[in-house]
Amino acid sequence: MNKPLNDIVRAASRREVLAVGATLAGSSLLVGCSLPTILSAGSPVKPGAFGAFLKFDPDGSVTVLSKHIEFGQGNHAGLAAIAAEELDADWDKVKVEQAPANAKLYGNYLMGGLQGTGGSSAIANSWKQLRTAGAAARAMFVQAAATKWGVAAGEVTVANGVVAHKSGKQAGFGELLADAAKVKPPQAPTLKDPNSFTLIGTPRVKRKDSGLKATGKARYTQDVHLPDMLTAMVAHSPRFGGKVKSFDDSAARKVPGYVATYQIPTGVAVVATSTYAARQARDALKVDWDDSKAEKRGSAEILQVFKDYASGKTVAPSGKDGWQPFSSHGDAAKAAGGTAAVEVAYDFPYLAHASMEPMNCVAMVGKGPARLMYGAQVPTLDQVNCAGVVGALPGSVEIETLATGGSFGRRANFQSDYVVECVHIAKKVGGGRPVKLVWTREDDMRGGHYRPMVHHTVRVTVDKDGYPATWRHRIVTQSIMKGAPPGSPGGKGLDTTAVEGAMGSPYLKATPVVDAQALTPDVGVTVLWWRSVGATHTAYVMEHTIEQLARKAGKDSVEYRRALYTKAGANRHLAALNLAADKAGWTTPAPTGWTRGVAVHESFGSVVAQVAEVKLENGQPKVGRVVTAIDCGTAVAPDQVAAQMEGGTCYGLSAALFGAITLTKGVVDQANFDAYRVLRNSEAPTVETYIVPSTNKPSGVGEPGTPVIGPAVANALLAITGQPTLSQPFVKT
Amino acid sequence: MATTVDVNGRSYNVSSPPDTPLLWVLRDELGLTGTKYGCGIAQCGACTVLADGNPIRSCQMPVSALGAAKITTIEGLGGATPLQQAWVKLDVPQCGYCQSGQIMSATALLAQNAKPDDAAITEAMDGNICRCGAYQRIRAAIKEAAGMPSVAVPSPALAAPAPKA
Ligand code: FES
Ligand code: FES
Repeated sequence: MNKPLNDIVRAASRREVLAVGATLAGSSLLVGCSLPTILSAGSPVKPGAFGAFLKFDPDGSVTVLSKHIEFGQGNHAGLAAIAAEELDADWDKVKVEQAPANAKLYGNYLMGGLQGTGGSSAIANSWKQLRTAGAAARAMFVQAAATKWGVAAGEVTVANGVVAHKSGKQAGFGELLADAAKVKPPQAPTLKDPNSFTLIGTPRVKRKDSGLKATGKARYTQDVHLPDMLTAMVAHSPRFGGKVKSFDDSAARKVPGYVATYQIPTGVAVVATSTYAARQARDALKVDWDDSKAEKRGSAEILQVFKDYASGKTVAPSGKDGWQPFSSHGDAAKAAGGTAAVEVAYDFPYLAHASMEPMNCVAMVGKGPARLMYGAQVPTLDQVNCAGVVGALPGSVEIETLATGGSFGRRANFQSDYVVECVHIAKKVGGGRPVKLVWTREDDMRGGHYRPMVHHTVRVTVDKDGYPATWRHRIVTQSIMKGAPPGSPGGKGLDTTAVEGAMGSPYLKATPVVDAQALTPDVGVTVLWWRSVGATHTAYVMEHTIEQLARKAGKDSVEYRRALYTKAGANRHLAALNLAADKAGWTTPAPTGWTRGVAVHESFGSVVAQVAEVKLENGQPKVGRVVTAIDCGTAVAPDQVAAQMEGGTCYGLSAALFGAITLTKGVVDQANFDAYRVLRNSEAPTVETYIVPSTNKPSGVGEPGTPVIGPAVANALLAITGQPTLSQPFVKT
Repeated sequence: MATTVDVNGRSYNVSSPPDTPLLWVLRDELGLTGTKYGCGIAQCGACTVLADGNPIRSCQMPVSALGAAKITTIEGLGGATPLQQAWVKLDVPQCGYCQSGQIMSATALLAQNAKPDDAAITEAMDGNICRCGAYQRIRAAIKEAAGMPSVAVPSPALAAPAPKA
């Protein structure tokens, strides 16, 4: 690699990191448009005759290339439907294929042009792109047919994959393929009037991968077996920031199937001929760790540090490392005075993503270009990070994205941690020999990159009608953006991922005086976005605080919110709340034994309102029916929107009821599902989903269903017990 | 030290050490990768297979301890059982990683109880974690496969007002 390009790429990778972080967090940051071009340098990937997103087979089938990973969120169905709609394809003949890594062709404009999936942006950023791709290809087939049949293009129609003329002539895409491929694609094809959509927004938009996944045939990273492949496992430092001092692998070497030991930056790796051998050999390693730079505090001590900052007992530094205001207006001094109607503090623990498939990756290094196979959430970032290890252009790093057993944010991180780890090992092995790095559940759960621990304090005074007059809010948490590499300005000043959801809240808009500030002290535990990011805690704090205020004011929970939304001009909140309240029968009594709780929150461009029916069973909250209303703009795949509301609700409820990662003297206490309790079938509610009719372009659905159930349940518990729930998880073990 | 195992009606001589969990024999040696690793400690159910029709966690079953048990994995179901069809019809899978285990547990349930009620379903399925939270569709698909009326949840797609853009 020549020197100047190396520098450009390094500079680019820093800007990219910013872009990824900022956009995953739901804000926008524009990055120079040349970036994807730079980052794709050396890529062998080229678009076909119908562009980068569509391929046609002579048998008439259509393949839509997805630039986004499918790790459960159902985006492949929606993405295919967008292209198929404009193409007027036969939906049964539409297939989805994962696009390779190439930022120039497959960048996400909501992620600064990087190829990546996050911030619930897959459908939103592909909406115009795939409609245009579909419409352009349609026009090419129409032109090919018109020329062949000697008729005017305007007289040629397409429906359900059949190109036809009123004279009775007709042909499938397959028959016209060779001719259509030669037609010059129109630059600005005419898009359909949304009122004439026949596929988008209908229950026909089903997943294309259910059959593979119901038969065990879907191929995940864990399932990759290649000739001569080695399996790797790594002994990691038990403390964040620990380094290898020395190791003894004499016992590991005796394990049948053991092949080699390597020291790598993240620990000590063994490679073996099978997963079981790798596990036994890794577990037999004796490693002495240098903890001099490691985080040695426990989570209780870290939380106390947060509390002392929030209470003012510890004075924070000034400037960029100090308190950062957000959403503040009016005379701050007033927010400290008067008589508080509600004055509370909330605590949230670290959370592991615990996707069902633990982190893993396959890499081949040392013969031709580096080649990776795994679930790549932000391929461009991984390319940049891996290129640094193997010394190549980022675009030359080939990535094949496989079916992926969940992520919830974990697979998108600044360091590409487990991917880079695998590349280090594959480089040591060399010769292009395939290496599959397998993290055990324990490695995954203790591997950090958690939802940060968070402490909020809120003090609200009210006007004569019981509505907020002043609102003082302090948030202390760890910055996710500080995980960006050194030299990046991303970690300085206000980290919006820490405050989004409180920042911009209609409740703060409706309050005359707001003094809201956030502080993000350094902690050595690695943290990351976790499905719905800041909303995981801000939705809870805002909604549970509002509920306490409504109760104090003696007003109905729904009426109280309506008044504030009206005052703030939050019409979409109002519509979602009204739909949920209506479908839940809010004004009628709840079924005997059940108590309703309501909550509303906007994230990733979508507003979700939920009414949950809750009761206490053996002292533990039990959630039954959950009525959900969502405004996600145009719902491309309504059944997948519902699936995301169901799954997101379970994910959020799991955290609210049971989720907690704790540390003792810097060591994570939980290693597996026995200690990190997650929601099970008997605890899972039945979610009904209703979609607010909308003419807007699509907004997110993967994350917005997660943060609302926690406060909805807490609000029902408040009605049952009269007590607020001020820390998560609700069920203490 | 060859061990013989009967998987999906076929007998295999396996060369993995006898203490190797059945899970890794299936996946690494026999190439039957439909059975998944999720926790390794019998907590998640991703590795569920049937031994003489009973659901077992293959991650905790040394291959030498199987004796003459006949093992059935997701590959052995054939692909079109009523449960598998219901799984596709209702689009149960999200990431899909847990679903082989879910279907094996459900298969054992329906073999023993053709018309399970809600309590029987959640009891039989509680050992199978789904981090994607496809639980209600799993319940509905079991009822669908058993030919029972499903829980009274309106199909979300149909209940949704038609989009206007
Ligand atoms: S892998 Fe066997 S129960 Fe989880
Ligand atoms: S579908 Fe992803 S864990 Fe169940």
